[in-house]
Amino acid sequence: MDKQTGKSYEILLEAKVENVGKVQDFIKSHLTGTECSPKALMQIDLAAEEIFVNIANYAYTPDDGDANVRVEVLDEPVTVIITFIDHGKPYDPLKRDDPDTSLPAEERDIGGLGIFLTKTIVDEVIYEYVNNSNILTLKKKL
Amino acid sequence: MKIDKIQNGKELTLAIEGRLDTETSPELDKIVTESIGGIETLILDFANLEYISSAGLRVLLKSHKAMIDKGQMKITNVSDIVLSIFDVTGFTDILTIE
Repeated sequence: MDKQTGKSYEILLEAKVENVGKVQDFIKSHLTGTECSPKALMQIDLAAEEIFVNIANYAYTPDDGDANVRVEVLDEPVTVIITFIDHGKPYDPLKRDDPDTSLPAEERDIGGLGIFLTKTIVDEVIYEYVNNSNILTLKKKL
Repeated sequence: MKIDKIQNGKELTLAIEGRLDTETSPELDKIVTESIGGIETLILDFANLEYISSAGLRVLLKSHKAMIDKGQMKITNVSDIVLSIFDVTGFTDILTIE
């Protein structure tokens, strides 16, 4: 991989929950050779699941559609950038309120936990709506 | 994911191996719902759990709530990686982790 120019790789798949594993495998296949700790790898897996499942469940309902996932690894500091692009309904997950993680079990509402988890385990989450596309970018230093 | 069920009187242990994610979590939900009749202590053994996502957390919260009136739910042998997910989501305070 040409790390200097931060070469990027892209996959196009149907935005369906059963494709989460393919997305995770695609991302991980481009992290081999980087010094990625098991914990960081798990966090990247997790962020990818949360974001892709959101797209699969909400972007096109009740219709079907595709999503692009792009992976780029930058050098110094080694940073992975993962971009999710769908052409469904405009939706900015960052506008969602964070769940109150201090509430007791009886009062906990589980909604919004996926995006909250994603925000806490990556370094940066950026949302844009450009050319009728939702573009969500995750950046994580390895 | 693989789930081993060990029942000892009113205590049920579910040993979970692999990943608790969007695809596999409904299976745990189903097994817990079907198995907790008459159970006072539900133990989830996470010694071989490698990964948990929000879908898994959702099932843990549901199971925890279901056990509140019947007795209790305990989670054992949690790895550091899974514990880090419990920590950021406040689940460390909600769940009984041993």
